[in-house]
Amino acid sequence: MVPFAGWEMPVQYTGIVEEHKAVRNAAGVFDISHMGQLLVSGKGAAAFLNRTLTNDVSKLSPGQGQYTLLLNDKGGVVDDLIAYRTSEREFFLVVNASRIDADWEQLEKQLTEEDDVMMANASDFTAGLAVQGPRSREVFQRVFEKSAPYPEKNTILISMTENGPMWLCGTGYTGEDGFEFFVPIEKAVTWFRSIVDAVKAEGGVPCGLGSRDTLRLEMGYPLYGNDLSEERTPLQAGLGFFVAMEKGDFTGREALAAQKANGMPDKLAAFRMTGTAPPPRPHYSVLHGGQIVGEVCSGTQSPSLSGGIGMTYLPSAIAILGTQIEIEVRGRQFPAEIVKKPFYRKA
Amino acid sequence: MSNIPDNLRYRDSHEWIDPMQDPAPVGITDHAQAELTDVVFVDLPKVGAVVTAGQQVCVIESVKAASDIYAPVSGEIVAVNEALQNEPGLINTDPYLGGYIFKIKPSNPAEVEKLMTAAAYAAHIG
Repeated sequence: MVPFAGWEMPVQYTGIVEEHKAVRNAAGVFDISHMGQLLVSGKGAAAFLNRTLTNDVSKLSPGQGQYTLLLNDKGGVVDDLIAYRTSEREFFLVVNASRIDADWEQLEKQLTEEDDVMMANASDFTAGLAVQGPRSREVFQRVFEKSAPYPEKNTILISMTENGPMWLCGTGYTGEDGFEFFVPIEKAVTWFRSIVDAVKAEGGVPCGLGSRDTLRLEMGYPLYGNDLSEERTPLQAGLGFFVAMEKGDFTGREALAAQKANGMPDKLAAFRMTGTAPPPRPHYSVLHGGQIVGEVCSGTQSPSLSGGIGMTYLPSAIAILGTQIEIEVRGRQFPAEIVKKPFYRKA
Repeated sequence: MSNIPDNLRYRDSHEWIDPMQDPAPVGITDHAQAELTDVVFVDLPKVGAVVTAGQQVCVIESVKAASDIYAPVSGEIVAVNEALQNEPGLINTDPYLGGYIFKIKPSNPAEVEKLMTAAAYAAHIG
């Protein structure tokens, strides 16, 4: 067990590689109770979120969700999150555990009387589980039978079950098919047991933080705190797809527009170790032409590729495909190359 | 239940040594490999290095973490297990034979007596 954003969480149940492969080939269940849930509702909720988040919530019909970012005035990332529209005037935000307080503060300070919006923090009362992997639909059938439809990608459904209310979402952090759901915390153990039984019956296993990290990094998904911070913009992180510049003004937009006009100092680049090497790990030095040019943000041994992979911010001039870099491990330099994301694609 | 052979001696940091052989092979225990899981890289020590008991001599890396390996006794490292460069997983699959890490020529054989017996190590890992 390791401390994580105020929670005690398992790095692994049986082994990172075993859990990783189970998710790629069958199914795995992750306890995501640490994640935060903020409810934003009222007549002006959509307008308020469009003013404070980067993506365009007006594109969401009730029942749909989108990946989006909350920025500070300088365009730095306060958090990355999923915003679901649960009804015309209600939104359900799923945020990072370590950022709940920062998110609340950043949203609340932008709220005015005229907005006619209410915010509530459900994080302390809500547990969550994520089922991921190609057999997620079979796991779902075993647990929910016909009581709820399988959630399509990026959708949300609120339903009543014998164990209380449930927010059921078609999302995940592994690149596999799957679903996530949030329930009242007092029902968490009951849900976890029944999901673990169903996952095991489909050839899967419970999964810890270790495989959650290797799975998301193989897809090139950023992790807040490693790859995203208040110091850099989503454009530098390669997340421009989730920034709707054309929708009108929003917090941080000015800084992003300036970067678009003038260029970025650095960009998040994906790299792969090119030979036998120790796994790259966060904070290792990154060199180019003998000079230190940055440090590893996320890095691990990819179980699917059996090689080292990682991400690092590099000066824009060298953050291009094919650039050769070196990663320094215990005083020795190992070659790596800038590559395309995702690192892993399903055969 | 992890495998703890009677003929070996153990360090509290989970290295084993076979004191009946000369030079003596050194590796990590079955318990240690199960905790680390999935060894993916071994930074072997240098042949010819003269080390003292308790000195950090090399590093093995699993997906989970990098772990320091310490010399159980003083002496000269006279051989390393080159097979681990291509097949680091031998540490997981065969920790006491094919997965040994290096061989050491002890300079002070009496140091072996300070290491744990199999029974003491079993108690140590609970």
